[in-house]
Amino acid sequence: MALKFMDEYRDSKIAESLIHKISATSKQPVRLMEVCGTHTVSIFRSGIRSVLPPTISLLSGPGCPVCVTDQREIDAFIELARMDNVILTTFGDLMRVPGSTSSLQKQRADGKDVRVVYSTMDALQIARKNPDKRVVFLGVGFETTTPTIAAAIVSAARLQVTNFSVISAHKLVPPALETLMKLKDVQLDGFLLPGHVSVIIGTNAYQPFFDHYQTPCVVAGFEPTDILQAIVMLVEQIEGGRPRLENAYPRAVTPDGNMAALKIIDEVFEPADASWRGIGVITNSGLKIRQTYAAHDAQRLFDIQVPEPQIPQGCACGEILTAQKIPPDCKLYATVCTPTNPVGPCMVSTEGTCAAYYKYHV
Amino acid sequence: MKNDKILLDHGSGGKISHHLTMDMMLPVFDNPILAQLNDGAIFELNGLRLAFSTDSYTVDPIFFPGGNIGDLAINGTVNDIAMCGGNPQYLSVGLIIEEGFAVAELERIITEMGAAADRAGVTVVTGDTKVVPRGAVDKIFINTSGIGVIEKKINVASHRAAVGDRIILSGSMADHGITVLTQREGLSFDSALTSDSAPLNHMVRDMFAAGDGIHVLRDPTRGGVGTALNEIAEKSRVGLKIYENAIPVKNQVTAACELLGFDPLYLANEGKLLAFVAAEQAETVLQAVKADPYGKDAAIIGEVVAEHPGRVIMQTRIGGSRIVDMLAGEQLPRIC
Repeated sequence: MALKFMDEYRDSKIAESLIHKISATSKQPVRLMEVCGTHTVSIFRSGIRSVLPPTISLLSGPGCPVCVTDQREIDAFIELARMDNVILTTFGDLMRVPGSTSSLQKQRADGKDVRVVYSTMDALQIARKNPDKRVVFLGVGFETTTPTIAAAIVSAARLQVTNFSVISAHKLVPPALETLMKLKDVQLDGFLLPGHVSVIIGTNAYQPFFDHYQTPCVVAGFEPTDILQAIVMLVEQIEGGRPRLENAYPRAVTPDGNMAALKIIDEVFEPADASWRGIGVITNSGLKIRQTYAAHDAQRLFDIQVPEPQIPQGCACGEILTAQKIPPDCKLYATVCTPTNPVGPCMVSTEGTCAAYYKYHV
Repeated sequence: MKNDKILLDHGSGGKISHHLTMDMMLPVFDNPILAQLNDGAIFELNGLRLAFSTDSYTVDPIFFPGGNIGDLAINGTVNDIAMCGGNPQYLSVGLIIEEGFAVAELERIITEMGAAADRAGVTVVTGDTKVVPRGAVDKIFINTSGIGVIEKKINVASHRAAVGDRIILSGSMADHGITVLTQREGLSFDSALTSDSAPLNHMVRDMFAAGDGIHVLRDPTRGGVGTALNEIAEKSRVGLKIYENAIPVKNQVTAACELLGFDPLYLANEGKLLAFVAAEQAETVLQAVKADPYGKDAAIIGEVVAEHPGRVIMQTRIGGSRIVDMLAGEQLPRIC
């Protein structure tokens, strides 16, 4: 029964009526940003751009966790993989991301112990099975994934799995929205806010941002009709001149979010400044592990020295992540930089804008 | 960054594998039979047209719901010969076994191979066994090769897709790929997923009896339907248009793919075929596929068009369109 809902949200008749509504309502040219990488992929995979009226431009934002991870952090991950007696555990997306001189995938081919896991709990399990190794998990992601990583750290502390640690490169969505609004070359008329992140943080988390900027905001789910419905709501707000913060994903997102998840994040992590690829340092936009859990903080446990990172020449990932450019504007796109030979992370990650453009855009 | 080491991507069946074949293998073994790059070789010998194919099997885990490495190795080579239009007859089996492997498990694999050969109606006529020190291979690797005779009237090859051809897929896609993935360590899936490992030679025989307008046959194994379609579009220099609504995928497969961030278009099938059939015969051939026990859910999923040669375009459920590209390397599970 649970499976049936997907058909419903991919129904061609419902989609057709939503597309019609958008076309009928949309008069002025608008630039809408989908902040989340999963939205970007869903939009491309379902061909949403190809059915929208020409007045609507969808722009991809900084919501691909791998893409916004700073080059220095990627280099640090690779350096960790090179260390003796370390088992590095990671989500799959990071494997191919090029660091300054190597990638995790290449480290694995060189014989380093790099393992793709599906959950942080699997990483913890690996630590328990290998008590003589130091097992490090690469903590990359937004509010969606942070609670499970926090839970793994709490479990490690409780079960005294002393050989398990996390290197935290976590990032937060609301501070990035603020930064986007401040960029002078970026003109945005509305935001499709991320569904999964909002499940955790709730719609209220965007209220200060919305109150300050009064830009139309709609939280959206990930099925094609979810996204179309959110676009309908954004267009209606814009055309009616009444910006609002709305929720088009009420079956999963509440005003307050998931309190248990928020509690465990707060238990383990504290806000910290974080450096975003292409954007730079944003105040309190990242999370570091609290002193209480220092025994599981890889940043504190390992002496990770990396040389000054080499940013690939000509790569426009930074501008693409902030919607200042679209992939075809980058001179490396589809020539030097392809999914087989990626130069920047936006071409590597499944959620990267360049990869989505390359793979799906007609 | 250029690769100076072999990565898992080189074995993914996608673009990176393709480059390895094109840049390293083809120039050395340079000959017109290999250059066709079909599922197997097609050539004449003493007046007989033969299909000859080889494949090596490594799968983790070696036993999975719906099959095991043994029946996979038999079915895989049987199907490769069938996809050349050949009637598979004789197979060889090469085993590379890790020291310490349980004899009972080996017995089970060999028994399954015997049963699979019986089902397909082929005979294993030669073989080889090697044992290597612990760690030199992962449990057991199997190579099978096989030959079969191609009837005179049959002419299938990946460059023969013609504008107007309909594309038949013989059943739901991605069953094998997702089943094996969800059986691996760390992913305990309580689901009804099973591999589709099956011989397709009888289905192919019945298809040719139904109509001779079959231009291309392909079993979309590693790399999946998406990669196979791209290879055919490229070799035949035609465009392919497919309809998302028409492609059979089981609900539980879609659900598992959503959860893990995999696209079923790129996951392996071990008992499915793609057939490119002249439009006027498509329905008759489809009925022949559906009459086979392994083809009940077959459907026409698209057609060959003159536009966008070399590219596969999918009409999505909501009426939009998007490219179906060839996979670059292996699919990796995503962060969220």
